[in-house]
Amino acid sequence: MNDKMSQLYQQVLLDHNKTPRNYRELENADQESLGYNPLCGDKYKVFVNIDEQDIVTDVTFIGDGCAISKASASMMTNIAKGKHVDEIDSLYHQFHDMVRGKLDPDTDPNDLGHLKIFAGVRDLPARVKCAVLSWHTLNAAIKGKEKVSTE
Amino acid sequence: MAALSTLKAQTRSIDIATCRDDFPVFSREVHGKPLAYLDSAASSQMPEPVMRAYTDYHSRYHANVHRGVHLLSQEATEAMEAARESMRELINARSGKEIIFTSGTTDAINLVMQTYGRSQIGEGDEIIISTMEHHSNIVPWRMLCDEKKAVLKVIPISDDGVIDMEAYESMLSDRTRLVGIVHVSNTLGTINPVKEITRLAHSRDIPVLIDGAQAVSHMKVDVQDIDCDFFATSGHKMFGPTGIGILYGKEEMLSKMPPYRGGGDMIISVSFDEVLFNDLPYKFEAGTPNISGAIGMGKAAEYIQAIGYDAIRHKEQELLKYATEKLSAIDGLRIIGTAPEKSSVVSFVMDGIHPHDIGTILDLEGVAVRTGHHCTQPLMDRLGVVATTRASMAMYTRKEEIDQLTAALQKAVEIFK
Repeated sequence: MNDKMSQLYQQVLLDHNKTPRNYRELENADQESLGYNPLCGDKYKVFVNIDEQDIVTDVTFIGDGCAISKASASMMTNIAKGKHVDEIDSLYHQFHDMVRGKLDPDTDPNDLGHLKIFAGVRDLPARVKCAVLSWHTLNAAIKGKEKVSTE
Repeated sequence: MAALSTLKAQTRSIDIATCRDDFPVFSREVHGKPLAYLDSAASSQMPEPVMRAYTDYHSRYHANVHRGVHLLSQEATEAMEAARESMRELINARSGKEIIFTSGTTDAINLVMQTYGRSQIGEGDEIIISTMEHHSNIVPWRMLCDEKKAVLKVIPISDDGVIDMEAYESMLSDRTRLVGIVHVSNTLGTINPVKEITRLAHSRDIPVLIDGAQAVSHMKVDVQDIDCDFFATSGHKMFGPTGIGILYGKEEMLSKMPPYRGGGDMIISVSFDEVLFNDLPYKFEAGTPNISGAIGMGKAAEYIQAIGYDAIRHKEQELLKYATEKLSAIDGLRIIGTAPEKSSVVSFVMDGIHPHDIGTILDLEGVAVRTGHHCTQPLMDRLGVVATTRASMAMYTRKEEIDQLTAALQKAVEIFK
């Protein structure tokens, strides 16, 4: 298989696409936001509960899109749960920089962990917005924005 | 004049079997693989003679048109008018007065909306379009309907992507002011019965606009035979440059319509109190036009004529049959758009694999396709799909490119199994 292809469509990503984690509505969520990519039609809703210490106690999502966007959303909910909103904000910026090729997860200091598998997106400019859609949406939900669009 | 004679002298019969050699792009590789370009419905590739006509203008007689008395300006004017004549001939308009250069199909449709539409369509009037329209033939009419409180009516289609002609006939009313219909669907490939659609509208004196962006590179269009009032198309969908297109309009319609944009070239005389507008087609061509684009599109029209529509249609129908058979054999693949009359377009969805992932995997295998809603969101809603993958072929497409597509799709199935 083509190197770029195997680097991008790793087993982890395919698994999260097939069986996304935290894939459900969060009833009575503190905040929620709808993320929409009008170019592809990808649409995700992210729900968050935030406690008084600004810790994200729960985060879930629903919606549909390509494997990259869905796996990204799934892994994001896993990593964001239990973190302070400032930590999430930092991850959001690191993730953003990684998929845009401004941060190399192998050489630059970062807290991305498993999210490194999305690094391959930097070679596919058309797919960057797929990877970041759920992160934009989570960021908007935390900040209390109801809608976000990648365009 | 030099420019005209040079243009005409180069026109000769071209063999469709070897025409691919005229397209420089096919010598390149994509991600280390030979390019399989199956996205001609988005933008067709350009043959070398078109590029040469384009650069000739810039390297030998670049000047403004319809203005200068110097030789370069005369040659530029002559070449641009020769291009108008080539486009007239291609679609068999009665006269060059009926060929207006625009920036493309979208611009041509907007011209009709802004002039005919805004002057003739009012509150309670009806505009009929179909479910399979491109956004370019929906949005202008939606805007006009919102402005004028007019009603947009939409002809339904069958599941296989065929217009419901009975429903259409029953929708025509005394309030209908325009029928706007796509000749060939960019998403489904359906070829619509535009002649019959026009006949039915004309039986009630309703004018018809045809979005011909996807027609001209594939089949002979005869606007006199169809008898449509307007026909819009784009240069870059017919092997010409981007940013250029035409609006064909019947002279009697165009002469009654108010101008589109105001400016130079569309006037006979100007004072601060009064403007006398120019004759057709210049009345609708304000400002310095896309001269090189027009010359390129004219050359592309000649190129198509030199190959011949019989040869194009024959080859493309074979390609369509081949692609349909090959793709149908792939596990979990469903073709979207199975009308009996189709151009060389195959749209499809695959179980468990989103079109954008397909698009990326195909790209990494050197195969260029379009994925998404193809600027036909209402059609996607009607068919119950979010997006499709579309392979679109043209006269230069080879069967080997379809084989490359099929092999890459098998790879996608493997990855996502």
